[in-house]
Amino acid sequence: MRHLLAIDDLGGRAGIEEMLALTESFVEVTRRDIPKVPALRGKTVVSLFFEESTRTRLSFETAAKRLSADTMTFSVGTSSVKKGESLLDTVRTIEAMGVDAIVVRHAAAGAAHRVASWADASVVNAGDGRHEHPTQALLDAYTLRRHRGPSLDGCRVAIVGDVVHSRVARSNVRALHTLGCELTLVGPPTLMPERLDGWPVSVAHDLDEVLPDVDVVYLLRIQRERIADARFPSIREYATRWGLDEARAARLKPDTLVMHPGPMNRGIEIAGRVADSARSLVTEQVTNGVAVRMAVLWTLLGSGGPIV
Amino acid sequence: MIDASGERAADVRVRAATIAEVGAGLEPAPGALVLDAEGCFVAPGLVDLQVHFREPGREDSETIETGARAAALGGFTAVVCMPNTEPPLDDAAVVQSVLERARAAGLCDVRPSACITKGRQGQELAPMGELYDLGVRLFTDDGDCVADARVMRRAFEYASALPGAVIGQHAEDPALVHGGHMHEGAWSARLGIPGRPAEAESSIVARDLQLARRTGGRYHVLHMSCATSAELVRAAKAEGVRVTAECTPQHLVLTDEACAGFDPSFKMNPPLREQADVDALRAAVADGTIDAIATDHAPHAPETKDVPFEEAPPGMLGVETALAVVLTTLVEPGVLTLHQALGALSWQPARVVGLDTDGHGGPVAAGAGANLCVIDPGAQWVVEGDALASRSRNTPWEGWKLTGKVRHTILGGVPTVRDGEATR
Repeated sequence: MRHLLAIDDLGGRAGIEEMLALTESFVEVTRRDIPKVPALRGKTVVSLFFEESTRTRLSFETAAKRLSADTMTFSVGTSSVKKGESLLDTVRTIEAMGVDAIVVRHAAAGAAHRVASWADASVVNAGDGRHEHPTQALLDAYTLRRHRGPSLDGCRVAIVGDVVHSRVARSNVRALHTLGCELTLVGPPTLMPERLDGWPVSVAHDLDEVLPDVDVVYLLRIQRERIADARFPSIREYATRWGLDEARAARLKPDTLVMHPGPMNRGIEIAGRVADSARSLVTEQVTNGVAVRMAVLWTLLGSGGPIV
Repeated sequence: MIDASGERAADVRVRAATIAEVGAGLEPAPGALVLDAEGCFVAPGLVDLQVHFREPGREDSETIETGARAAALGGFTAVVCMPNTEPPLDDAAVVQSVLERARAAGLCDVRPSACITKGRQGQELAPMGELYDLGVRLFTDDGDCVADARVMRRAFEYASALPGAVIGQHAEDPALVHGGHMHEGAWSARLGIPGRPAEAESSIVARDLQLARRTGGRYHVLHMSCATSAELVRAAKAEGVRVTAECTPQHLVLTDEACAGFDPSFKMNPPLREQADVDALRAAVADGTIDAIATDHAPHAPETKDVPFEEAPPGMLGVETALAVVLTTLVEPGVLTLHQALGALSWQPARVVGLDTDGHGGPVAAGAGANLCVIDPGAQWVVEGDALASRSRNTPWEGWKLTGKVRHTILGGVPTVRDGEATR
């Protein structure tokens, strides 16, 4: 694997499981007193973020530093892009400095694929438009396995909310389905994918019908801008019908887990007390993100020797 | 030789701008230029109802001269260039300048279309009468659909006073398109690229056909792309509505799956659709519902396409590959006969805009205009964007092995292409 642009690049179930097993080793590293290994000493990882995303960028940079790689940040707000430089020229400029991996976040679907087609360096997709966010799905799968055991076969997951606009949903559908989960997408029809050919999912519009049976409720961030696009009438109506409030959470099975990729809108798609409850994995998702990204960078850039 | 009346083996003698004689075993006159057409078809020059030669405004991607040369190499002797230039072709002076540059280039009979509305804003009518007097026959706001039904109705009514004028529509309702970049379907859902639904097209076609029926206006559907539109046009034609339609080679061959690699070479408006649409369009060309195969030749400078899919401008090159693509993908497998294919590439489009009364689209007969193309049906070649004569290289056919190539193109009795090379 030269790039990680989409979940399918991992080569199916065996590839995903291998990455999750590797993540386990890096979780061990991150728990050490000095959570750092020399595995990528001398390698340079640049984060190229065309969209604001503090958490994902910090997670990747932390991962790179814990592998002893050098890191560079190219953030658009202060860069030549503001002066009209094209993505292609930006990539060429960065490559001219000598980099080994480029972590790309961009508002357009397929942007990371374009970068990969131009670059000699390895490219990691840190989110491309509505398309994919593969490391998010890996960290979600890893987090889920920590709680459910190594097999996710038959695990019933409801992905709730703005699926059509969500790269997190697209990557998670690919990853969790490949690992054996049974997926249900829940939300208003206006936020479901326009066509479901090739989506290994069922769709439901009534959250209350779905909740009693599921093992995991995965909530997506809802955005106010969708109201102007006539996707739903109001935040209040959305929260009433599709928000995981306390009353709904009380009707979940005792062992049902709650996940959210962040940043959360407390009180809209998820009640604050649900987000902070024992069944919520939200904080742990963030923690595991670093180890997952270490595993990805190590796989793309490492020499293949022991982690140390 | 092949034209609307059929095929026969013969020699063709051209004198000045006219076909002087057609018959077997003609002897060349002393000093005459002899073009070898052994094993080739001699057809009327091809006619393209939709090209973008980008002049004035975007001469970095194409000029009238480079576009006309590319068209000649593709076998075209006449093309209709679109008015989405900068400034747009909504004014007599701009149309005049395009005509003058086309005349100076001399490689192809470049006929400007012109805007329906001022500034392609969809509100007030452009000076259609004045533009008509300069020779404009096709009026269209091109990439911008005339979304306002009242304005479209008035355009039909006003143009009906101009004999031979036709109202062309880029049929895509902007409200339904709303920021879409590819066909809305299984692939857009999978790729996360905002979609442009087929209904954006068919709903406008349905509306416009009703307006054309009411006003008696002439309607031409530009680059029609979906099955429902084809059904609507077929039914309207049967009813006697004055409608013609075109589609592009790419919509007859490629589907939205081509966008799976995020390569903006496959981005255009209307977008590449699904196999069912491709099949319906093929049937519509075969039964005459679609009159013309037009290229929508849309050059874009490489730096404008070397971007993420959603940021790239829509459009593909077409004039140099259209004939060979049609021969290879439609004629060779038996989807269309050679006669049907050349009809859609030559004499049928010529009739849509009155170029048939100006020596284009045949017949290949004594007294007709000497606008011809000589096609070597067996010649094989591989498409390379860098090798095309266009100033841009955004071809969707990169690397395709095609069979069939233009050997000679003759415009007004003068070769513009000889042995596969442009003469100027």
